[in-house]
Amino acid sequence: MLSDYHQTLLLLTGIHVLLGWSAYLPLATGQLSLGNAGFMAVGAYTASLLTVQQKWPLLPALVAGALLAGLLGLLVGLPALRLRGIYLAIATLGFGEIVRTFFLNFELTGGPMGMRGMSGTTLGLVWGWVLLAGVTFFALTHSRLGLSLDAVHDDELAAELIGLDVTALKVGAFGAGATLAGLGGGLYAHYILFIEPGAFNFLESITMVLFVLLGGMRTFWGTVIGATVFTLLPDLLRVLQDWRGAFFGALLVVLLILRPWGLLPRGTLRLGLGRLAAPSG
Amino acid sequence: MLIQQLINGLMLGSSYALIGVAFTLVLGIFDMLNIAIGEVFMLGAFFGLTLVSRGVPFVPSLLIAMVLSGLVNLVVERFAFRPLRGAPPVIPLLSSIGFSMLLQDAAVNVWGPERTQFPPSIRVVSFEVGPVLVSTVQIAILLTAVVLMATLHLIVRRTKIGRGMRAVAENPEAASILGVDARRVIVTTFFVSGALAGAAGMLVGLTFSVISPFIGIEIGLKGVAAMVVGGAGNIPGAMLAGPILGIAEVLSVAYLGAAVRDVVVYGLLILTLVVRPQGLLGAVERPRV
Amino acid sequence: MLEIRALSKRFGGLQAVSDLTLDAPAGRITGIIGPNGAGKTTVFNLVTGVLPPSAGSIRFGGRELVGRRPHEIVRLGIARTFQTPRLFRAMTVWEHVVVAQNHRAGRGPGLLYRGGTLLREAQAALELVGLWEARERGAASLPYADQRRLEIARALAAGPRLVLLDEPAAGMNPAESAALLGVLAKVRSAGITLLLIEHDMSVVMNLCDRVAVLNFGQMIAEGAPEDVQADPVVLEAYLGRDS
Repeated sequence: MLSDYHQTLLLLTGIHVLLGWSAYLPLATGQLSLGNAGFMAVGAYTASLLTVQQKWPLLPALVAGALLAGLLGLLVGLPALRLRGIYLAIATLGFGEIVRTFFLNFELTGGPMGMRGMSGTTLGLVWGWVLLAGVTFFALTHSRLGLSLDAVHDDELAAELIGLDVTALKVGAFGAGATLAGLGGGLYAHYILFIEPGAFNFLESITMVLFVLLGGMRTFWGTVIGATVFTLLPDLLRVLQDWRGAFFGALLVVLLILRPWGLLPRGTLRLGLGRLAAPSG
Repeated sequence: MLIQQLINGLMLGSSYALIGVAFTLVLGIFDMLNIAIGEVFMLGAFFGLTLVSRGVPFVPSLLIAMVLSGLVNLVVERFAFRPLRGAPPVIPLLSSIGFSMLLQDAAVNVWGPERTQFPPSIRVVSFEVGPVLVSTVQIAILLTAVVLMATLHLIVRRTKIGRGMRAVAENPEAASILGVDARRVIVTTFFVSGALAGAAGMLVGLTFSVISPFIGIEIGLKGVAAMVVGGAGNIPGAMLAGPILGIAEVLSVAYLGAAVRDVVVYGLLILTLVVRPQGLLGAVERPRV
Repeated sequence: MLEIRALSKRFGGLQAVSDLTLDAPAGRITGIIGPNGAGKTTVFNLVTGVLPPSAGSIRFGGRELVGRRPHEIVRLGIARTFQTPRLFRAMTVWEHVVVAQNHRAGRGPGLLYRGGTLLREAQAALELVGLWEARERGAASLPYADQRRLEIARALAAGPRLVLLDEPAAGMNPAESAALLGVLAKVRSAGITLLLIEHDMSVVMNLCDRVAVLNFGQMIAEGAPEDVQADPVVLEAYLGRDS
């Protein structure tokens, strides 16, 4: 049986995996979102309001929070279609900050004082969701839908011209990512027992992207590795405690220079969703 | 009262303009966004603070802080941009974000996470100009901003390096064929960009008198807003958009309350991106391969 | 099958396509030729909905295409290739033809693998262009001529009734062009209508039933290939400009 401390680490890792996947999905269609902390906040606060003030059980509250975050993701994803690359990244960054500012001033959720009174996240609950999401990703990887996403990622125009509804795919991926972020937020709130707007800042958003990068960006399960490394490493290297930000910042820089997952072909931010084997006949 | 707000907004906006120009300079020429500029701004404030606290007079402090900031930006260029030449701009952006994290954390460890103040030796003297209250620092900022931007304008328009920058911006292949030393242009541009940000940092630190290692992100984003609203890559655009955003921010606080302060600026950023992506004065057209 | 009527496209000060009226009859191969910059690719962009026209109408099988989004037009039965190949860099050859069928796979379970008919068609598309053996290779690793053939296979896998080919023989040596002729002849006998832009006159002469000549966005000649080739107006257009 694992000690309490290790259980906590494992629990956090699971939440980080979900958050990492929330960044992975838009990236898989070529969209870098630096504002997922905003969706995380929506999920966290919604679920918390439902359990603390409306006395909902945890599971439906989590789902409600995730769905609301997802809905917001769809709404944001639509105008986001007009933007590319760094401009999309900037716009999502701004969006994340706007959400944070909103909660900073929203009386119902306690404004800058935050909310407390949540509880109920267990190791089993978190990893139950991780498993569910993981199975879904696995199915996606081996499906035609996965190939469609890959096509959109590689060349939107060519994808459109083989009949793929690029708009729906991109907005859908964006919304699905937001849903995962909302789910992660709800789980996080009911684990940490107290949330305040400062926790859902730009640094949080970039950390989610970092999980994906640390895991190699080529596969969805790579994000699991990335989230695990990020969560466990500072614990293993005590000296990192104070210099955590510097370490991971430097790691990000070094990773992008070395690109251990292989050289990215020009013009693509390749996120493979798995190979499709041809019949041998 | 309104005039006072406008003046305040103008002062605030001139720092946004400086950062916006720092961003737009690099984006316009190299199609790269260096988000670490926000942290260079913050470091400029701390460099200035450290110097001033040791008794170095204002102007030399400012100049040294600018040079140090320029050098920091060169380090960023060396590791976040040079090795990633040819990658889609999102990749160096991510790397510059990594640098942001690194620089911010380093500042926290060196100077502590609390807010610090500029010493009283450079104290603010306010005086009235008609119905308006203006402080010497605010005037200093405005003057410095104007001088810096005018100098930049001269450099870009009149000197050889400046011509090199414009050549590279318009047509990188032709520029290298014509013998423009790309390395030199890049280094100079990044240095100038960093120096501008450092200057802005020190000046803003003086205005608001309180700085912390965490101011980088917010100013970075607002500087990006100034860049985008003015037109990406358009230097006069950033100079125009900065004050506009500053005034919008100050007015919205005055009439709508402090809550909406950041929302107005970020909202304008997003609005511009979605509705009029070329900004007020038009973005620099770069042929995309 | 494809009826273009009075089609125009203006970019700011430039009139790229001017009052173009052109037919691509069903089951036939129609060619579009003309000097560089004559607006030929623009016509393809207009037909596939990538660009909105300034004026005019484009009807396909009786349906108006103008105003529809590109993927809707593809689903109506038009596919195309590009002047320079636009492949999915990280996919294999096989994956290209499979993904091109996705719009026909329906929603729900169709989005998972459906064996049987669809995959057999994908195989057939690769066999037709001669890339079945290379099906596991990464698209990016293919030699140039094979990349062009893959684009054709991908277009075919989308299940079109009309395929727009933008300079399919560009960059090919004579042996490769001859092979391409064979492929396109097979496509025609499968009942698919072709509309192609081409500079390689041997391909045009051997393949096309009718040819239209564009210059400065306007049609200056139209007819059987032999007649068009001898038309003095056409000759002047080519001689007066670099081809």
